Amino acid sequence: MAKPRDDRAWLLVLPVVALVAFSALIPVMTVVNYSVQDSFGNNEFFWNGTGWFKELLDPSTDLGGRFFDALWRTLLFSALCLLIEIPLGIGVALSMPRQGWGVSASLVVLALPLLIPWNVVGTIWQVFARRDIGLLGAAVNGLGVDYNYAQDPLDAWITVVAMDVWHWTSLVALLCYAGLRSIPDAYYQAARVDGAGAWAVFRAIQLPKMQRVLTIAVLLRFMDSFMIYTEPFVVTGGGPGNATTFLSIDLVKIALGQFDLGKAAAMSIVYNLIVLAVCWVFFATTTRRESEAAR
Amino acid sequence: MARIGFERLAHAYPGAAGYALKPMDMDWDHAGAYALLGPSGCGKTTLLNIISGLLRPSEGRVLFDGRDVSSLTTERRNVAQVFQFPVVYDTMTVRENLAFPLRNRGVPAAAARARVEHVAGLLGLSERLDRRARNLGADEKQKISLGRGLVRGDVAAILFDEPLTVIDPHLKWELRSRLKELHRQVPVTMIYVTHDQTEALTFADRVVVMSEGEVVQVGTPEALFERPEHTFVGHFIGSPGMNLLRCAVEGREAVLPGGHRVGLPRAYPALAGRVELGIRPEFAAVSREGGLPVTLRRVEDLGRRRIARVELGGSPLAATLPEGMPVPAEPRLVLDPARLHIYADGRLAAGSA
Repeated sequence: MAKPRDDRAWLLVLPVVALVAFSALIPVMTVVNYSVQDSFGNNEFFWNGTGWFKELLDPSTDLGGRFFDALWRTLLFSALCLLIEIPLGIGVALSMPRQGWGVSASLVVLALPLLIPWNVVGTIWQVFARRDIGLLGAAVNGLGVDYNYAQDPLDAWITVVAMDVWHWTSLVALLCYAGLRSIPDAYYQAARVDGAGAWAVFRAIQLPKMQRVLTIAVLLRFMDSFMIYTEPFVVTGGGPGNATTFLSIDLVKIALGQFDLGKAAAMSIVYNLIVLAVCWVFFATTTRRESEAAR
Repeated sequence: MARIGFERLAHAYPGAAGYALKPMDMDWDHAGAYALLGPSGCGKTTLLNIISGLLRPSEGRVLFDGRDVSSLTTERRNVAQVFQFPVVYDTMTVRENLAFPLRNRGVPAAAARARVEHVAGLLGLSERLDRRARNLGADEKQKISLGRGLVRGDVAAILFDEPLTVIDPHLKWELRSRLKELHRQVPVTMIYVTHDQTEALTFADRVVVMSEGEVVQVGTPEALFERPEHTFVGHFIGSPGMNLLRCAVEGREAVLPGGHRVGLPRAYPALAGRVELGIRPEFAAVSREGGLPVTLRRVEDLGRRRIARVELGGSPLAATLPEGMPVPAEPRLVLDPARLHIYADGRLAAGSA
């Protein structure tokens, strides 16, 4: 039976097209437009072609050197966050109670840090870690450790990483806990009958069953930490010096501090492409591994 | 390999009213094949988990060869257990799955390998040893679970908790006969939980029939069929189950519904409570003459035999319609007097010859 054809149906998608255009397409194209121009203020623009990109990707230039420094810092930060948060989150999930009132109590406690807005987390830690009035900072200094995140780069790094771990380990733990809860009791009983110790149970049952949620957890935590801005900005402002200036902080400095719209636009496009590329590689490898496993 | 004994064993789940398993004393022989048979919720899995140590009984003791193991963990009891739903370790191959219980106990690699291959051969898994376990079908996953139960040569007992539930019907026969065969080769106590009487009767030397947390009879398949000690056993075993008729017993005679009298093989004292006469359909035949007058309701053709549904004085009964016999116009029911049993309040009443 032939269905009546009416091309006016296309009009129904217009609202979405308009919405996407205003929320995504036009802003992105504006940035693309900026990235190939130079501006000397006064709303005057001059064509610069791929100039900014060449400069950005060449570490010997000012802009390039700055970009790569920030990129390595950001990657190091993401790596540290993942290395600490994933094992710690698994550990927390494994030690959570499996029944009784403790379940809801620990879920609430774990959810608390996730509910706090980024800049509030930043403020909490900015105060918490201060050497003069902060509970943590003053206590550590009282123990005779010279700790000052505003002056020492290592202390600044320890502070921002500790803050991220404090804020986001819960997410990993909650995801892992959900994965653990989906394991039927028969698996644990069978493992006991098979004489498996705690480590064998973890390797043979718990870790494989958590694999899917762990994939999500790693992806989420990588993306979030790679794009982090607010928290370190509030605590260290990117300092001391440039020690904690991550890509996003540097980007804002260039765009809004120096008002170099062309450089900032080129940088944000490359930044965006890195995020997309990492996402794609991650997605492709996990799906390939799953389809291989299914064979 | 062990004799398994229970002393005043009982279990009540915390917070639940009453016993899930009522107090009992039993002794099971070394290297026997036992089946725990009963409907869902009768306590058979509870009993199994108590034997394996996954559950600690709230009362009484479990003995292996006379040694109290009630407080020992599953690992220390040296039993193997196969569960209702297949448990396989996803990331491992079939071979690694089968070797897992051996590896955890530090069995040398060469010995483990030989043992794994032997068990895989018994279960028809040899071809698949190097496949990943997660990609196999439910049948084969359950074979792996069975294999992990069988792979240890030194266990005191192997426990099966309705292991064939997820298996295709045509494979059930095959796997059950393989288990039987294995039991003949290796003298180990096997305990098999099921709600399927065919499985229980074909697998076990001794069937333990349970109902509502109570062991109502332990016996050979023949004993359960010929001399049920409880109306539950009569009804649950056999297809269709035993006929039970309310009656009054006067010495060597029973007065059936409709006032019919039948002679009994034994004399009974005065019985209290609910008195019933039990006769299996196999021993009640429809006939043209003799016996008692009945009304025929319908005939069910089961292929190799025919079952007549009749009514005697208003009570329904199942009887056998002998082969080749046309349905009589005025059917009579002939009961084999030697096969009549009298039950008082559900339990077999002892008569005297």
